[in-house]
Amino acid sequence: MTIQREAQAMTDTMARFTAFVGRELPDDVLTQLGRLRQVEDGPLPRVLYDSMFKNLELAHELSRPCCQDTGALQFFVRAGARFPLLGQLRPILTEAVREATRAAPLRHNAVETFDEKNTGTNTGTRLPWIDWDIVSDDASVEIDVYMAGGGCSLPGAAKVLMPGEGYEGVVKFVFDVITSYGVNACPPLLVGVGISTAVETAALLSKRAILRPIGTRHPNPRAAEMERLLEEGLNALGLGPQGLTGKASVMGVHIESSARHPSTIGVGVSTGCWAHRRGTIRFDENLRHQILTHHGVTL
Amino acid sequence: MNKVLTTPISDAAIEQLTVGEVVFLDGTLVTCRDVGHRRLVELGMELPVDLRGGAILHAGPIVADRGGRFEMVSIGPTTSMRMEKFEREFIARTGVKLIVGKGGMGPETVEACRRHKAVHAIFPGGCAVVAAQQVQEIERVEWRDLGMPEALWVSRVSQFGPLIVSIDAKGNNLVDSNKALFNARKAAIVEEIGRQVRFIK
Repeated sequence: MTIQREAQAMTDTMARFTAFVGRELPDDVLTQLGRLRQVEDGPLPRVLYDSMFKNLELAHELSRPCCQDTGALQFFVRAGARFPLLGQLRPILTEAVREATRAAPLRHNAVETFDEKNTGTNTGTRLPWIDWDIVSDDASVEIDVYMAGGGCSLPGAAKVLMPGEGYEGVVKFVFDVITSYGVNACPPLLVGVGISTAVETAALLSKRAILRPIGTRHPNPRAAEMERLLEEGLNALGLGPQGLTGKASVMGVHIESSARHPSTIGVGVSTGCWAHRRGTIRFDENLRHQILTHHGVTL
Repeated sequence: MNKVLTTPISDAAIEQLTVGEVVFLDGTLVTCRDVGHRRLVELGMELPVDLRGGAILHAGPIVADRGGRFEMVSIGPTTSMRMEKFEREFIARTGVKLIVGKGGMGPETVEACRRHKAVHAIFPGGCAVVAAQQVQEIERVEWRDLGMPEALWVSRVSQFGPLIVSIDAKGNNLVDSNKALFNARKAAIVEEIGRQVRFIK
């Protein structure tokens, strides 16, 4: 195949995958929601979980986006430096979003800032948003598609703490975010916490944290323990589904961290709603693809 | 048996409702969100739909035009708090009885619900396909110049719900009291975890 034909084929696959991610939740999220549904025994949480699962069934049956807010599209790319279409990835992903917007259909969620005009294509200045990680000595690419509505983007917050506030300050920050805006962000939430030097590095890590499969742990034992403590603690608040009280509040808490400046503790929090629309796809150097987040799916 | 409200909704039916109760709606439901509220309250425009005894939904749907016949593809509730600024006067002016949306609303809506006998109820967020399937027919659309999400879509619905009453006509606010509960639980938990994460020594 020529480069152009290869690029077109990858664009088509990414368009279909993007639309698919808007309809079907990944395996880890479905499993965790199923588990949390079992934990809830109150009449109101049961009614809510029944609606949520009924909605997922209908979205599958009718091939429609499972939530009307299909987000401002984000891609997190881990690209091998020798991936043949590395230089074409931005136009490929942009075109894939246009096509998915038409075909799915996705809601028109790209408003040009300052012009305050909706582009109608879900593309625009720096949109879709692409986050890059270049992997040396590799010829494949792994792409996370992430679709978050306004509701669960709203709680996002980041702040730089003084070292004196310690990890205790991080805990307090997380709880303050979740008990204020988190309640309206369609719990049970997947909570991402980034710990780093500055606001932007901590915020980015917090978003990457919710792209990790549910149940995976930070490699550092202290961080893994802190994930577990935050999970237990947030669940003890009893937000329940939709924040209308219940036994659990979160699908999980993930922490991502970097080494940091000794004078600061940057902390960021991102939340994913129960309809956590995340998908990961891998293309090898021959552009054969494999979906990593949804078992047994053909596009 | 599901408890069902039918439009036009009477004051007596509203007075029987208490926060936390689950109800369903039969009858007419009109979408109305940010600009619809602003036009009535700030710009003083007449609402082209009679809402006396009626029900509104804070939502911006995806609607398909099937050759002159509209089909509801997806209609999930949007954050009701954005309409807090307008809702007190909106209720007073229109006589609307049921306001459906996502999340809670504030003290001015609580006051208007008490005074004018109305309720706010929550439709589960992220359940847009369930809601769309409960729309039997889109009867008409008004203020189309506002675009698809902001237009007033007048729909006939059957067993629309579940709707969880979050503000009743007796002055109760479910989301507010839930938040107070979460905040009351918070301090002790934060302190306990804080003790276990003193990694800076």
